[in-house]
Amino acid sequence: MYKAFLIKYAEIGIKGKNRYLFENALRDQIKNSLKNLGNYMVTKEQGRIYIECPEDYDYEETVEALQRVFGIAQICPVMIIDTIEWEPLTKAVGDYVEARYEDRNFTFKMEAKRGDKNYPMTSPEICIEMGAYLLKRFPEMKVDVHNPSVRIMVEVRNKSYVYSEVIPGPGGMPVGTNGKAMLLLSGGIDSPVAGYMISKRGVTIDAVYFHAPPYTSERAKQKVVDLARLISRYTGPIKLHIVNFTDIQLYIYDKCPHDELTIIMRRYMMRIAEQIAEESGCLGLITGESIGQVASQTLHSLAATNEVCNLPVYRPLIAFDKQDIVDIAEKINTYETSILPFEDCCTIFVAKHPVTKPSLKVIHHSEKSLEEKIDEMVKTALDSREIVLVD
Amino acid sequence: MEAYLDNAATTRAFDSVKDIMIETLSMDYGNPSSKHLKGMEAERYIRDAKDIISKRLKVEPKEIIFTSGGTESNNMALIGTALANKRRGNHIITTGIEHSSVHNPLIFLEENGFQITYVPVDSYGKVITEELLSAVKEDTILVSIMYVNNEIGSVQNISEISKKVKAKNPNVILHVDAIQAFGKYNIYPKREGIDLLSVSGHKIHGPKGSGFLYIKDKIKIKPILYGGGQEKGMRSGTENVPAIAGLGQAVKEIYENHEDKIKNLYHIKKSFIEEVSQIEGVTINGAGDKLEDSAPHIVSASFEGIRSEVLLHALEEKGIYVSSGSACSSNHPALSGTLKAIGVRDDLLDATIRFSFSVNTNMKEIGYTVDMLKELLPVLRRFRRH
Repeated sequence: MYKAFLIKYAEIGIKGKNRYLFENALRDQIKNSLKNLGNYMVTKEQGRIYIECPEDYDYEETVEALQRVFGIAQICPVMIIDTIEWEPLTKAVGDYVEARYEDRNFTFKMEAKRGDKNYPMTSPEICIEMGAYLLKRFPEMKVDVHNPSVRIMVEVRNKSYVYSEVIPGPGGMPVGTNGKAMLLLSGGIDSPVAGYMISKRGVTIDAVYFHAPPYTSERAKQKVVDLARLISRYTGPIKLHIVNFTDIQLYIYDKCPHDELTIIMRRYMMRIAEQIAEESGCLGLITGESIGQVASQTLHSLAATNEVCNLPVYRPLIAFDKQDIVDIAEKINTYETSILPFEDCCTIFVAKHPVTKPSLKVIHHSEKSLEEKIDEMVKTALDSREIVLVD
Repeated sequence: MEAYLDNAATTRAFDSVKDIMIETLSMDYGNPSSKHLKGMEAERYIRDAKDIISKRLKVEPKEIIFTSGGTESNNMALIGTALANKRRGNHIITTGIEHSSVHNPLIFLEENGFQITYVPVDSYGKVITEELLSAVKEDTILVSIMYVNNEIGSVQNISEISKKVKAKNPNVILHVDAIQAFGKYNIYPKREGIDLLSVSGHKIHGPKGSGFLYIKDKIKIKPILYGGGQEKGMRSGTENVPAIAGLGQAVKEIYENHEDKIKNLYHIKKSFIEEVSQIEGVTINGAGDKLEDSAPHIVSASFEGIRSEVLLHALEEKGIYVSSGSACSSNHPALSGTLKAIGVRDDLLDATIRFSFSVNTNMKEIGYTVDMLKELLPVLRRFRRH
């Protein structure tokens, strides 16, 4: 029945002179999300985006893909009627209502638009006549112009278009309209959700993963690539930087007090992530941290890891409870992958009683003992990183 | 260099196995149940495989039922026997070191009203016969014991166990999980008093998804799969002709020059154990006093102060492939039941690696592995979790 979709957006509407940038980005994101599903025509017109579907398209698959495009407020499936002649047009709209609504015991309102102002009827006239036709054909339907349960929209251009169904989109802003940031992606539940949330505000995502062979396995690395692939269904292609962290970790283990390992290790992760971020034109870092979740995420610890960064660090989950994060992870389909039991490099040498209130003075003192080799090791880690393009 | 020392997890298929499988996939691809010539041609592969296997075991071809592998064979043996004999009794005996494909069907049966007794093993992983015998009661219908343990390679004296159990209660049906034993030992069910015997194909250079269950004539057992009535109704579903043909071929080839093959495996095992035992902080688990007390292809070694997964990945980086505990159970981090049962020290449970050999293993790989262990262990021991 449906051959097209009308896409409505919300927040873009208020972007003033930059509006076209947002619209273009949304159009491109929609194209990208549909590119593997067939040959769709995506065009921008009069404050909305119009998608014409190929003959053999799959409705469910298309709607699912669109529901992952940030910036879309509403998705309206549209039936195209090949005529603008009044008689056949009214009949076709009636047929549409008959096919779409089995139970027609509802209130409705007609809405109409004309593309061609020379059309023999005005928009209000179209509404009145079409409404009258529908009432006659389906006596169980009732008009309610203030609070209808169904709005039937007819647009007359060179063809006619009718739609009445509204599917909610994901909201947010189109990816690519708010710069780029670097996500610190572990194999856990939180970081993919953090990436998803920031991306929803229009931010393009790159990601960095620290692996520590042989302490972490190839499977753990594959899991992170899989997670990146899952969130790329929302964010678009992700450039994933895989940094070998083993030597740095062992060096810290050798030189620093063991209860400070995690904090010092995370400080180096932030430093490395920031360098890659700056090289890649990212304007911030993203982490999945949440206050108090583990020893390294107390306010003291967060302050200690934050201290090494000049770029802003975005922590969208900072005040979320674990269950709320899990709910989103389940919604975006990363949860199942996140809970696969492979060790990540944050836990392999974790002390029985890690510090929860690290003092910056003490940490600075401990890091002094790394001075001899650490810069060289960081450089090696950066230079030898592996880059995977995930999409 | 590469050394694949995980042959108890799976083996590379023999070339002859691959060849016969391709034949059945591209030329003789008929359905054995079809009445036409194409069907008959396919049926011939099944008959041939049954011939090879039944001759090898010195049993009748009709006593062999092909399955999808070890897990199905064990499930069918346990669940099928329990269902068919529940009027005689509801008591089943097994050991504390069985593979999960025996252990978990028994838990299922326990949930369904059967009573399961777990008999302990000694520090070599051998069943304590007195304990087993005292567990046998009048309503015991089934005893299930593995021939060779998959984690430590301990071997049970099946003939003796069978004789004693059946002397006490002649109605007991004896099931033997021979998945790690077949291909390593000459197994003759009739001579050893075995009523049901489970075998898997991919442990003996056959294809994955192949296996069989020997069911002694007149033993009452119910099928667990119902449908088109293949295998005389015992196992419905179109016969997996490629897997069955491959399995038959694997059985044939593994038992050619068998004595030499086993001698060579023991030779490899002996030098490996000798060399590895000399490294500080290494314990060999459940091997017994004599080399021949345990299976020729499995060595379980614990490395003090190193988590097995870390050592496993460190060896992997050197091209050496091994298992931590048993590959089948390594998906869940629960510690090995077998290692606990034979009394391995708590701190070593998570520090144990299984090395397993096959006819493809050579002394060069062993030498290389020992060298790499000597190189890696001191480095890995420097860094531990607290």
